[in-house]
Amino acid sequence: MNGAELSPWIALPAAALLVLGGLLGLLGALGLLRLSDFYARIHAPTLANTLGAGCVLIASILVSSAIAERPVVHEVLITLCVILSSPVTAMLLMRAAVYRDR
Amino acid sequence: MRRLTGRILLPLALLVAWVLLNDTLSFGQVLLGALFAMLISLAIRRLRPLAAQPRRLHLLFGLIWHVLMDVIRSNIAVAGVILGATKRQPNVGFIRIPLDMRDPHGLAMLAVILTATPGTVWTDLSPDTNELTLHVLDLKDEAGWVRLIKDRYERPLMEIFE
Amino acid sequence: MNAILDWAIHFATLCFALSMVFGTVRLIIGPAAPDRVLALDAVYINGMLGALVLGIRFGTTVYFDIALLIGLFGFVGATAMAKFLLRGEVIEP
Repeated sequence: MNGAELSPWIALPAAALLVLGGLLGLLGALGLLRLSDFYARIHAPTLANTLGAGCVLIASILVSSAIAERPVVHEVLITLCVILSSPVTAMLLMRAAVYRDR
Repeated sequence: MRRLTGRILLPLALLVAWVLLNDTLSFGQVLLGALFAMLISLAIRRLRPLAAQPRRLHLLFGLIWHVLMDVIRSNIAVAGVILGATKRQPNVGFIRIPLDMRDPHGLAMLAVILTATPGTVWTDLSPDTNELTLHVLDLKDEAGWVRLIKDRYERPLMEIFE
Repeated sequence: MNAILDWAIHFATLCFALSMVFGTVRLIIGPAAPDRVLALDAVYINGMLGALVLGIRFGTTVYFDIALLIGLFGFVGATAMAKFLLRGEVIEP
C-alpha cells in the first residue's frame, strides 16, 4: 500500500473481507487443534478452503483492480483451483481414515 | 446440439483459463489460447472415453446460487461448533442416502459440492446399490439431511446430466 | 481510509500466520497419519492465502503467481500422500 490512495468504496469492503477471511482461516486452524476426533477434525479446514479463500480473493480482486485502474480478475483462477482441488484431498483422506480404522 | 455443447465446453474453459492466467485480452494471446485449447481438447479426448452430455445449462446458475448460500450458512454453523467445542464435542456420524443418479459426471459434481460444503464429507458410494455414505459433523436430523440432498442437489444435477 | 485497510492487512497476515502455527502443532502431535496429512493440507492453504494478503499489501501481482504455484503443488503433494495412505502406492499400474 505504498503511495496510492484508494477510495473508501474500495478500501472499506476490502478491509472487512480481509478481516473476515483471516478470522475464518484462524477458526479453521483452531478447529483442527481443538476437536477431539479425526472425523470431526476433517471438517474444520473447509472453513478456510471455501469462504475464507473466497473473501481474501474478492478483496484481492478489489484492491488490484483499483490499483491497476482496470478489472483484474485473474484471482478467479485460484478460487476455481482451490474449490475444485480441496474436496478431492478431503475425500481421499476420509476414505483412507475409514479404511485404516476398519 | 447436445453433442455440440458437450464438445465445446472444455476448449472454452481452457481458453478462459489461458486468458485469465495471462491477464490480457490482446488478439495474439487469445489466438494462441484458442489454438492451445483446441489442441489440448483433441489430445484429451482419448484419455476421457466418457464425454459429458450436459443440457439445460441455465439450471446450473440456480444450483450455484443454492450452493453459495448453503456454503455461507454451514460456514456459520461449523464456526459455532468449533467455538463451542470446549463445552460440547460435536455429535459426528455417518448417514446413508440411496441415490437415483447414475451419471458419473453428475455424481462427481455432487461429490465436490457436498465435500466443499463445510460440515459434510462424501465418504463412499457402494457400486451395486448406489447408496451414498456421507459423514456429517453435527448430526441431528437424519431424515432432514436426506431430503435436503435429494431435493436441492440431486434433482437439478439429474436434470442437467441425464 | 487506507489506515483501516492497512490495519486489516496486518490483522489478516497475523491470522494466517497463527493458523499455520496451529496447523504445524497438529502436524507434530497428530496421533495418526491422516491427521498429519490433513494438517499439511491446512498449512499450505493458509500459506497460500497469506501470500495473497502480502500481494495486496505490496500492490504487485508477483504474489499471485506464488499463490497459484503453492496451491497447485500443495494439492499434488497432499493428494499423493492421501492416496498413499489409502492404497499403499500413488500411481497404480
